Amino acid sequence: MEKTISLSSKGAVEGKVGSSTAVRNMSVKGSNRSKSFAEVFMSGVFTVCGFAAVAAVIAITVYMLISGVPAIFKVGIAEMLFGTEWAPTAAEPSFGIAYIILTSVLGTAAAIVIGVPVGLLTAVFMSEVASKNVARVVKPAVELLAGIPSIVYGLLGLLLINPLMGNLERTIFANSKTHVMNGGANLISAVLVLAIMILPTVINSSETALRAVPMHMRQASLALGATPTQTIFKVTIPAAKSGIITAIVLGIGRAVGEAMAIVLVSGNTVNVPLPFNSVRFLTTGIVSEMGYASGLHRQALFTIGLVLFAFIMIINIIINKILKDGGSNER
Amino acid sequence: MRDSICQKHIRISDNILKFFIYLSALISVGILVGIIGYVAYRGVGAVSWEFLSTVTSELNGTFGIIGNIVNTLYIIVISLLIATPIGIGAAVYLTEYAKPGRIVKTIEFTTETLAGIPSIIYGLFGMAFFGISLKLGTSILCGCLTLTIMVLPLIIRTTQESLKTVPLGYRTGALGIGATKWYMIRTIILPSAMPGIVTAVILSIGRIVGESAALLFTAGAGYYLPKHILSHAVKSGGTLTIQMYLSMERGEFDHAFGIALVLVAIVLVINALTKVVTNGMKKA
Repeated sequence: MEKTISLSSKGAVEGKVGSSTAVRNMSVKGSNRSKSFAEVFMSGVFTVCGFAAVAAVIAITVYMLISGVPAIFKVGIAEMLFGTEWAPTAAEPSFGIAYIILTSVLGTAAAIVIGVPVGLLTAVFMSEVASKNVARVVKPAVELLAGIPSIVYGLLGLLLINPLMGNLERTIFANSKTHVMNGGANLISAVLVLAIMILPTVINSSETALRAVPMHMRQASLALGATPTQTIFKVTIPAAKSGIITAIVLGIGRAVGEAMAIVLVSGNTVNVPLPFNSVRFLTTGIVSEMGYASGLHRQALFTIGLVLFAFIMIINIIINKILKDGGSNER
Repeated sequence: MRDSICQKHIRISDNILKFFIYLSALISVGILVGIIGYVAYRGVGAVSWEFLSTVTSELNGTFGIIGNIVNTLYIIVISLLIATPIGIGAAVYLTEYAKPGRIVKTIEFTTETLAGIPSIIYGLFGMAFFGISLKLGTSILCGCLTLTIMVLPLIIRTTQESLKTVPLGYRTGALGIGATKWYMIRTIILPSAMPGIVTAVILSIGRIVGESAALLFTAGAGYYLPKHILSHAVKSGGTLTIQMYLSMERGEFDHAFGIALVLVAIVLVINALTKVVTNGMKKA
C-alpha cells in the first residue's frame, strides 16, 4: 500500500517540475526525497534487465550441462566421443558420436574454404571496386540473403543441389559395388548449402572491416605506384586482417550451428564423412531424433547438444579475444 | 611495346584477381536472384486465397496455412511483449546507469555469446527448461519464452547503438534544469532513441518469422485456429517455417514452396520497413 502512495506522489511532484509549483513539499530536500523512491526503483529495474543476458547465458550453460553430462557417464566418455557406431534404438544400443563430430568439423571447414573467398571478394567488390550506385544495389541484396529463413535454403538445396549431386554420383559410382546410392543427399550438398548460408555473415563483417581501413593507407600505396588491385591485396586486406578473421570465425559459428537447412540435404545417416556419403551433423542428429527419443537416447542427444555448445563457446571466446587484441593494436 | 611512361602497363595478375572479384560479387547477387526467382516461380502456383485462408483438413484433403499464420503472429506478439521491455531496460542500464568497466564488459560479452548460440541449442534449452522443468510442455508459450531469450541480444545491441547516438548535451541539459535521471530517460532519452527501438523490433520480427530449429521442440506443430484467444497460448502451435519443414519431410513440395514464397515476401517487406525507418532516422 505504501508503495503505491509514494509512487503516485512521485508522479505529482514530477508533473510539476516544469511549473515549479511544488505544493506538497516546499523544501528542496523534501521533494528530492519523495522522488527518490521512483529513482531507486527504476534504477533497480534497469539493473535487473541489464543482467538478464548474463542470467540467460548461465541458465543455458547449467541446463546444457545438467542434461548432457549424465549420458556421458552412463555410456563412458571414450566410448561416446570415440565410438563410431550410433544405434540408439537397437537392442544393445551404442552411442558413438565420433563420426557425427567429425562430419560437423569437416563440413564446416569445407564450407569455410568455399564460402570465405567468395564472401571476402564480394566484400572487396562492395567497398573497393564498385561505384556507389552499384554498391547500393549489392548491399541490400546481401542483407536479403541474410534474412531468408534457413528452411528455405534447405528446400532449394533439396530440390536443386541434391538432384545435381545425384547425377554426379551415378556417373562416378556407376560400377562401384560398395557405395550406397543416396540420390545426392551427401556431404558435398550440405557443404554447398552451408557455404551459401555463411556468405552474408562473412560479407557484412569483412566489408565493415575493409571500410574501416583509413583512406591514407590506400593513397600512400597508390602514390608509390602500386596498381589499385595490388593496393587491395597488399595493403587494404592485410590492414583489415583482424576484422576479416572475426568474419571467418563468425562464419564458422554460423556453419557449425546450422540445422534446418541441412537436415534433409545431408541425407542424415551416420557415416564416415566422405564427399559422396550420406552424413549426419551434430545439429541434424538432434533435429531428426529428438521428436521420438526417450530415456538414455534423449540424454545422448543432449550430449550431442553439449558438444555443439562447447564448440560455440570456444568460438565465442576466440572472437572476444580477437576483438580485444585488434582493438589494442589499432590504438 | 614502346618503353613510354604514357603507355599503361597491363599486369595479368591484376586482371585475374579483378576477374575473381567481379565473379564473386556476381555469384553472391546471382544466388539471391536465383533463390527469389525460383521460389516465386515454384510458389506462385501453390499460393491461392484458399491456401492462405483455410485450415488444413485431413478429411477433405485440403491444405491451408491460416492456422500457422495465426500461430506465427501469436509467437511474434508474445515474444516481443516480453523481450522488448527487458532488452530496452538492459540497453538503458548499459548506457545510462552502469559505470564503464568490468560489469559492462561482462554483460556485453554475454550478449555477444547469446547472439552466437545457434537456434538448435535454444531449442534444446527451451525444451529442457521451459518445457520440462517449468512444465509448459510443447506450447506456444514455451516457444515464445525460448525466442524471447533468442532475440534479446538483437534488441539490446540495436537499442544500445541508438542510445549511444543521443547527444550528451541532451543528458546534461535535462539534468542541468533539474530533471531526475529516470525523468530524463523517460522524456528525453527514450523518445530520441525511438527509431532505433523500432528498428530493433522489426529486426526481431524478421528473426522470429524465419526461426524453425528453436521452435520445433518447444512450440510444436499444431495447425488449428485458436478456439479461445488466451488458452491458445498453452496449446501446441507450429509457425509457417515449422509447417514448411513438415511439408518437406512428407515430400509435399508444392505446399513447401507456397509457404516459402509467403516467407520470402515477409522478409522482403521487413527489409523494406527497416530501410524506411533507418532512412527516416537519418533525416530527423
